[in-house]
Parts: sequence; C-alpha cells; structure tokens
Amino acid sequence: MAKTYAFRAIVIVYLGLLVAWPVSLVAKATFANGFDALATALSDPSVVFALKLTVIVAVQAVILNTIFGVGISLLLVRYEFRGKRLLSSLLDLPLSVSPIVVGLALVLVYGGRGDWFGPGLEANGIQIIFATPGIVLATAFVALPLVIREVVPVLTELGTDEEQAAMSLGASPVQTFRRITLPAIKWAVVYGVVLTLARSLGEFGAVKIVSGNFEGKTQTATLLVEQKYQDFQQPTAYATAFLLALVSVACIVVVSFLRPDHSSSKAQSKGLS
Amino acid sequence: MSIEVSRVSKLFGDFVALDDVSVSIPTGQLTALLGPSGGGKSTLLRIIAGLEQADTGRIDIEGRDATRLPARKRNVGFVFQHYAAFKHLSVARNVAFGLEIRKTPKDQTADRVHELLKLVHLEQFADRLPSQLSGGQRQRMALARALAIQPSVLLLDEPFGALDAKVRKELRDWLRRLHDEIPVTTVFVTHDQEEALEVADEIVVINNGRIEQVGSPDELYDAPANYFVMSFLGPVTHLDGKLVRPHDVEIHTQAPVPVAGDTVAGGATGGAQQTAAAGPAVEGTVVRTVRVGFEARVEVAVAGADGADQSVEAVLTRAEARTLGLAPGAKVWLRQAPGSISIDAPAAAEPRELVAAV
Repeated sequence: MAKTYAFRAIVIVYLGLLVAWPVSLVAKATFANGFDALATALSDPSVVFALKLTVIVAVQAVILNTIFGVGISLLLVRYEFRGKRLLSSLLDLPLSVSPIVVGLALVLVYGGRGDWFGPGLEANGIQIIFATPGIVLATAFVALPLVIREVVPVLTELGTDEEQAAMSLGASPVQTFRRITLPAIKWAVVYGVVLTLARSLGEFGAVKIVSGNFEGKTQTATLLVEQKYQDFQQPTAYATAFLLALVSVACIVVVSFLRPDHSSSKAQSKGLS
Repeated sequence: MSIEVSRVSKLFGDFVALDDVSVSIPTGQLTALLGPSGGGKSTLLRIIAGLEQADTGRIDIEGRDATRLPARKRNVGFVFQHYAAFKHLSVARNVAFGLEIRKTPKDQTADRVHELLKLVHLEQFADRLPSQLSGGQRQRMALARALAIQPSVLLLDEPFGALDAKVRKELRDWLRRLHDEIPVTTVFVTHDQEEALEVADEIVVINNGRIEQVGSPDELYDAPANYFVMSFLGPVTHLDGKLVRPHDVEIHTQAPVPVAGDTVAGGATGGAQQTAAAGPAVEGTVVRTVRVGFEARVEVAVAGADGADQSVEAVLTRAEARTLGLAPGAKVWLRQAPGSISIDAPAAAEPRELVAAV
C-alpha cells in the first residue's frame, strides 16, 4: 500500500508541475481582474472572428478525419494487401513530423507559386493556401492518426464473426456497418473525435504557415493569442487562451464520463488495489 | 438434394484446404461434416455459406447456382462456434435482426421472435443482453437468430465446441429433438465422432481436404471405407494382420476350438472391410490391465510375423475380466469376435505405430 501511495504521489507531483499548475495560471491570469479580460476580449471583433474561424476549421477537420479515419481503419484491419505495413507507418508520420514541415509541404503543393496544383487551382479561382481550405487541410493532416489509432485496436479485437453473422442474415455491407460495426466501435470513434477536436482547436505551427496569419481573414485563435501577446495585449491573449483550454478540457471530461467502461474500470482498479 | 457441392477446391497460400471435393447433402436431414482439425470441414461449410469463396468448383443450394452469390443472398442460417452474438442488442433484437433487415412488419417480427425464443427456451431472457447469458444460452439464441429468417439450409460450425462437456451433451440432444420438430436441412461441423454418431442422419468424413466416406452412422461404423475412417470413429488395434476394434477382441484362457468357415470378404457396401467368422486364435501374454469405470483395457503381447512382440489391445467389461481372472503374465488366446468387422492393416505402417496413433 505504501508503495502505491508513493507512486501516486510522484505521478501527481509530476503532472501537477508539468500540466495542471501552468494551465491553472492561465486561468488565474484571465480572471486577475474578474471578468474584465474576457469581456474585453469578446468585444474585440478580431477575437470573435478568430474563435469562429477556429471552430469552423476544427469542425471540418473533425468531419474529414472521422470519415477517412474510420475508412482507413476498416481497410487496415479487414483487408490484406501489399504495402499495408508501409501505409500503417505512413499514418504515424503526422505525429512525428513537425507541424511547420507540414505547413511548408502544403504550401509547396497547393501554393500559387508552387509547381504542382496551386497555380492551376488559382487560375480557376480556387484559393487554398492563405485561405480557409488550407487551414482545414493543415489541421486535418496534423490530427490524422488520432481517430485511426483509437479505432484500429477495437476493430481488431471485435473480429469478423459478428459482421459475417449479419451478412448471413441478409444484411448488405452498408447495413452491416451501420447496425453492427459502428455500434461496436462507437466509443473508440467518439474518443478519437474528441482528441481530434482538441488537437484541431490547438493547432498552431502548420496553420501559421498556410494561413498567412491575416487578422480578420485567416487568423485562428491560436495565432491570435500569439499576436495579442506580442502586441502587449496580455489580458486578451490570456482570455482567448483560457477559452481554448476550457473547450479542450471540457471535451475530455465529457468523454471520460460518457465512456461506458468508466465505472467498470474504476471498480476493477479498486478491486486490484 | 438440397446442397450440391461439385469439384470444389480451395487453397490458403500453399495449404490445400479442399482438394476437388464433391458431395450431395440430402434435404431435410441432419448431416455431420466430421474430421480432424485442419481437415477442411469448416472451410467447406463456410464455402457453402458464402463466407469463403471456392477457388474452383460449384455450389448449388436448392437447385440454384450459388457459387457466386454473396452470403446475404443465399438464405442460409449460420451458427458460429463462438456465438457471434450482437453484443449491443438485446436477445430479442438479436433474433429479430434478419427479419428487420428483410423489412418484415413489426407485429409479425414480434410474433416470430416470441415463437422462436419459446422454441429455444429463452422467452424470459428476451430483454437481456447477450453478455448476461451463459454460453449454452447464447448458442441457443444464435440458433434462434439463424432460424428466424426461415433459411433453406442451416449451417453450424462446431456449434458446441466452446461449451463444457455437460452442456454440450444437453445441447446435442436438444438439437436432435429440435431438428425432428423443424426438419430444415442442417449441416454441422464437428471433430467429435461421438457427437456425429449420436446426432447425425448422415456423416461426411473429411480428412486432408478430401472426402473419405459418406454414409449413415451405422454404415460408417460397420463398413468403414479405410483405415482412417475406422480409426477416426473409435480406437482400433492390430490383430493377426488385421485392424479390429478392441472390444471385438475375444480373450480366452484356453485355446478355443477353431470353428470351420472362412473369413467372408466384402461387406454390404463392398468396401475393404471383412466380417469375421470364428477363426483361429492367436496366443499371447497379458502385459498389463487398466480399469476405467466399467471397462477393463487389457494389453496383450503377441509374437509377430517377424518374431518381435506386438501389442494388441482388448476391451472387455469389468465383470468379464474378473471372471477370466486376467493378470499381467497370464497366458491367453485372442480371437476376433464372430460377426465383428475388420479391415486389412495398411502395409506401409508399422502395426506398433498404428496402435500408438490411436
């Protein structure tokens, strides 16, 4: 028992110094003058615009990554094909490559002065870099593996028996997916979506490169925080940062309460200790 | 014939799962696909169901070419070894699944589900989740779910394999009675010869991707086509150049008088087996006796053709063994019981190995 307490204390101190305390200081700085900072921030049109843009971008990136994430997971788990391992390791690339590199890469491919699609797209009036589509692309790229890494182990564990049973009972592939597979992987998808959402709200490096950071046009909340901070508008910077952190924390809290195995895993750990 | 399998072959990489298999499954009967693990019987069942595609060959179900039909259009009920219960749906919704897919009216579905749950004795569990049922109950639910769509054939893949011995026996009896009640053409895969002999109307013995023999349980037992079939259906031992069943070996404490008459070659089906008349006895020495419940297993050393001792196993009842007073070292005479069947031992295999393999 004493050992358990010691380990617990170490982990709590570590997490406290690294995560909880610094984040709480942001909150403290935000509310140093009561709700003044928040009120000021929310009356600034550039702040409101940045928050709106962030939400729009995050929602689009989440939708993209959920659809492709579940699809790629099914492909990886249910099908055998050449190059599967290569594909699987490519999927981890967004986690290992610096977001700045991602941003630069996207500018090269889609930028108006690049050699690839950019000029052609721009000639047809489609602006990707320095516009919302570019920001969505960069965000989706960076958050790509999160849904997949949640869904793949659950799909593997699930096996194919239930899906085959559904097929033998007359269900089409779409019906099988909707009625059998999706309910079984539901919580993994929800968790992946929340992680993707949190990641998308907070993306900075890649977005900074592809957006051009034009205030009121392509400036997302994270970029705005940096700019306000450098422009000596610390209260507004803190207030916006606080809002960003609040949404992410709320996401994770909501999911940990929604997750059905929450109570059982708690009961299990109680039984073990 | 309800299911016609014609010249089906299937490879998994280099492994030959099925090698040019043809078989007809009779309508309305309970047929067992019997064989050792990895022999191809489950693969054949899955190909019939459409869960696996044959490399070559053709499958007809109720006179319709089903070779390229997807599983969902074959109208077969399939029951998996590990139940494949839909974990997020209640027992009733599990059973209703196929009917909901077919857009059956709600009241009709409810009636049918109730009827089926009654049939499998699960009506009081209708609202439970599969995780709240025992293994046997889950398998009965899976059976009800497969029967709900009124399949033209019902396929069961080692349906009782994951259950403990007692429940397995109960479910086996229950399946037999259920089939007598609802005579839908049923095929089940098993590696348990007792299960096949007890439940099936017809048995297809499959080994190494080939069909060894097809017949009723009695035909298979009385007229095994070859060494494999005979040894797979129960223990065999080697006596005087022939394979016989240990309980068909008579033990005498004095040399019995030979009865005139030759061994009659060829049984009812003209196979390799022979029905014995009382032939000459072979002399030997009891090596050891083992008693298992009501059975006494006696190992007897007999001088072989090449002079080396051969081991022959005989099984008698405890009472018989006691009457004969068999003990290690006792001199005995062995004879194949009149009316019992035997087949010639394969020349290639050593008799000793044959006994060890059983």
